[in-house]
Amino acid sequence: MGLSTRHLLGIKDLNRNDIELIFNTADTFKDVINRPIKKVPSLRDVTIANIFFENSTRTRLSFELAERRLSADTLNFAASSSSVSKGETLIDTVNNILAMKVDMVVMRHPYAGAGVFLSKHVKAQIVNAGDGAHEHPTQALLDAFSIREKLGDVEGKKIVIVGDILHSRVALSNILCLKQLGAEVMVCGPTTLIPKYIGSLGVKVEHDLRKALNWCDVANMLRIQLERQDIKYFPSLREYTMLYGLDKQILDSLDKEILVMHPGPINRGVEITSDVADSKQSLILDQVENGVAVRMAVLYLLAGQSGA
Amino acid sequence: MQNLTLLDGPKFQITIQRLCRQLIENHNDFSNAILIGIQPRGIYLARRVADELRKILNKPILQGDLDITFYRDDFRRREGPLVPNQTKIDFIIEGKNVVLMDDVLWTGRTIRAAMDAMLAFGRPGKVELLTLVDRRYSRHIPVTADYTGIEVDSIASQKVVVSWKETDGEDKIVLLSEEL
Repeated sequence: MGLSTRHLLGIKDLNRNDIELIFNTADTFKDVINRPIKKVPSLRDVTIANIFFENSTRTRLSFELAERRLSADTLNFAASSSSVSKGETLIDTVNNILAMKVDMVVMRHPYAGAGVFLSKHVKAQIVNAGDGAHEHPTQALLDAFSIREKLGDVEGKKIVIVGDILHSRVALSNILCLKQLGAEVMVCGPTTLIPKYIGSLGVKVEHDLRKALNWCDVANMLRIQLERQDIKYFPSLREYTMLYGLDKQILDSLDKEILVMHPGPINRGVEITSDVADSKQSLILDQVENGVAVRMAVLYLLAGQSGA
Repeated sequence: MQNLTLLDGPKFQITIQRLCRQLIENHNDFSNAILIGIQPRGIYLARRVADELRKILNKPILQGDLDITFYRDDFRRREGPLVPNQTKIDFIIEGKNVVLMDDVLWTGRTIRAAMDAMLAFGRPGKVELLTLVDRRYSRHIPVTADYTGIEVDSIASQKVVVSWKETDGEDKIVLLSEEL
């Protein structure tokens, strides 16, 4: 009994059994991290390198904490302060790190497919911590895990993902993960930020935020990724906020009480206002807590494979 | 597979009761002692013993379940990772006398892991081991039980399986051997 894949490159590679195995394992780890002694010795002979070619706070800290809670040795590497800026290639950089006897690599990279590429050229197990606008599998897993924890199950639940779907790796991974678990998924945002063929993933599309919120059980609000936007996709941030920003007034005017999620970092006052982010309907800090447990589960299940 | 029943029926119950009396001999009214069953199969033994002790002493008995999956010494040395079970210890172990319980004591490795896992819940006073079946002469680690139900001489290819009335329908200890 184990995962069907040797690396975690995307939700695309996981089947429903894999996801459920990760969740059941994460339940136990959530219990572990709430004990006075939050550490278990499972990965004491495993070394993990966290290689970040792109900025990150939550994901990097969450992975690092997960690794330490499992007693793994960790190496941290930020591309901005490394020889990458002197022209070293990705494979060379990683092979040099692996020469120091590293077993697993957690990597974030600005280019889609960087993890897949690396997994074909190096021996170590790869965990994708976000590759461009492609996938961010652990974020999707922790989002679905948080929904399961709050609502009991993901199957049959209605989830709307609001905002910059076009540039979001969180959106793609979330759609794949939620669909795999039997949820209904809708995306909502301005036409320019919704990919043309998104319907082929089996999701509904809605451009009216109020209609979308009235339909859903959970709203996942995404950040506008200005750093990935090469052209203007909407007239102004202010207009975007007026049409797609979630504030307390809209939330309170809905027929039912929905849950609000956000993968972070939040731009308070843009996609979500402070009173919503800090309200009791918000799962944002649960998501962060669950992130450590889910990442512990992923690392534990991958590292435990024979011949790993 | 050939099955040899080692213990069942009223004798099984007598053995459990004898173990309870031995525990009372050492722990009096259990005011400073707690029972911890090791997942997955030791928890049934711990629950049964706790129930019997409650009947005999007419007092609350603290009993918890301990999962040792993350503390095993064979991680990355077997086919795949083991799926963990639940740990449920709703009390403080610090300074208490702990009786660890498992249905079968074989190599002793589970007990080593359990002692490691238990420390995450505090520093116990005295720790003892109770086992229903002791497979003698097969230890990999210097571990001995303080209380033993029955002793069995077996070889590595054989298996000892304990069934419980609550989950399997009957109380029974069976020795399974591969047919030659």
